[in-house]
Amino acid sequence: MIRQNKQVEISSIGISAAQQAYINKLKLQRRWVRFYQLIILIAFISTWEITTRLGILNVFVFSSPTRVCKAIYEMSLTGQLFYHVGITLLETLVSFTLVNFLGILLAIVLWWNNSVSKILEPYLIVLNSLPKTALAPIFIVWLGNNMKTIIVAAVSVAVFGTIINLYSDFKNVEEDKIKLIYTLGGKKKDVLFKVIIPSNIPSIISQMKVNIGLSLVGVIIGEFLAAKAGLGYLIIYGSQVFKLDWVVMSIVILCILATGLYKLLTYFEKRFSK
Amino acid sequence: MGELLKIDHLSYTYHTLEGETPALIDVSFHVNEGEFVAIVGPSGCGKSTLLSLISGLLSPTCGSIYINGSDLKSSGKNIGYMLQKDQLLDWRNTLKNVTLGLEIQHKLSDNSYVQINELLNTYGLITFKNSFPSGLSGGMRQRAALIRTLLLEPDILLLDEPFSALDYQTRLEVADDIWSIIRKEKKTAILITHDISEAISMADRVIVLSSRPGTVKQVIDINLSIENRTPFATRSAPEFREYFNQIWKELTDHDKAEQTG
Repeated sequence: MIRQNKQVEISSIGISAAQQAYINKLKLQRRWVRFYQLIILIAFISTWEITTRLGILNVFVFSSPTRVCKAIYEMSLTGQLFYHVGITLLETLVSFTLVNFLGILLAIVLWWNNSVSKILEPYLIVLNSLPKTALAPIFIVWLGNNMKTIIVAAVSVAVFGTIINLYSDFKNVEEDKIKLIYTLGGKKKDVLFKVIIPSNIPSIISQMKVNIGLSLVGVIIGEFLAAKAGLGYLIIYGSQVFKLDWVVMSIVILCILATGLYKLLTYFEKRFSK
Repeated sequence: MGELLKIDHLSYTYHTLEGETPALIDVSFHVNEGEFVAIVGPSGCGKSTLLSLISGLLSPTCGSIYINGSDLKSSGKNIGYMLQKDQLLDWRNTLKNVTLGLEIQHKLSDNSYVQINELLNTYGLITFKNSFPSGLSGGMRQRAALIRTLLLEPDILLLDEPFSALDYQTRLEVADDIWSIIRKEKKTAILITHDISEAISMADRVIVLSSRPGTVKQVIDINLSIENRTPFATRSAPEFREYFNQIWKELTDHDKAEQTG
């Protein structure tokens, strides 16, 4: 018995030479990809730094990596940086939560009631295709120059697409799965909770991935127009007073923020699907 | 063996914008308790409509359905329905899939698990209790679907071409499996199929429906001289070929009449 177990262990650890070669090849390939990715980043940053230092590019207009680093350092010392990043992050997360909550809720309402969905269809299509930036000035007039406007603007950017996409996913659930619930004596409520929602978890999550990006877009647009703080405000303010270091710094931080939020969702997605 | 189900002059018509399509016209037959009845007919003859009517998913245009002499809706009897595909939910493991019906009807209690484990054990699924449907073979999936239906303790089992999605070999095996489970649990069953051999191999009685709009053409009792009947063994019974030819003739006669008429 013991010997048998040992054999199993060995066979699962002992890999044939060909398999080892294959794994090594893949590993090597992955390393090359990483290497070139890094090269591009380094080349970009160093070209930027060198050309601005040599005066080929005007450092006043293009800023430079060292100046951006300096701006980050100085603003973190005063705590201003965290304040602005925090405001943008807060607004993004609030909008993101609202978009998902409203999107899922309204998609369920449309799915539940066929007449409602038929009546609202043209309005949803118009609202979805309308460039929401056009609405932002109206929101300022209605809601004032504050965070409320920014969040409403961000929600309006993403919510209609979410409703339409999720509703059509809900509609696409296999007819026989729904029939199954009825044959087991279930009601519409059971169809919703036992089939429609669980079978659409993947599409809800992928919709969330889109929404995190869209919320950020909405928040930055909102901050451009109506804000006293946040990264969008910093970008507009920086460009107006010609502090391009601040503008570039904000963009760099936005890159990091967007990637971070996306990665966070991917992490949850993996944990959920396990 | 008393009469359990009675279908009385049943008709059903579908309505669409293009017009109305009669699916069933004046269908009458009965099913005795503990009996296994197969319904064969050309595709589109309203077989599935018939099951939907018996299960109460649709309401008849005319006619009535009685169970134990009382109307279907007021009889309070349980009708189990097995769909064409197993329709196991991918995100639930085997145990969660078989308990779906009980869960929906709020009948799932700690006591149910004794029976659930017993059924899973008897039908070879106990070691796959925590596996997800993607890890089960076609036969296992179909058995899990049957257990899901049986746990609701149906008085009548409706089987809507439950093997049509399986490959031929699996199909024969699963037919044997499902048949013996139904026999063992002493259930009354109605099987719908377009496969004549399958109908003869499993049923005590075969009802032949005409093509759309469907109506009962002939009822054939299957009497076999073999002992220890199973669907697979029936296929080699001496009477098998005769029954096959008889049903085949019934089905094709109609087509000819249709062509010439």
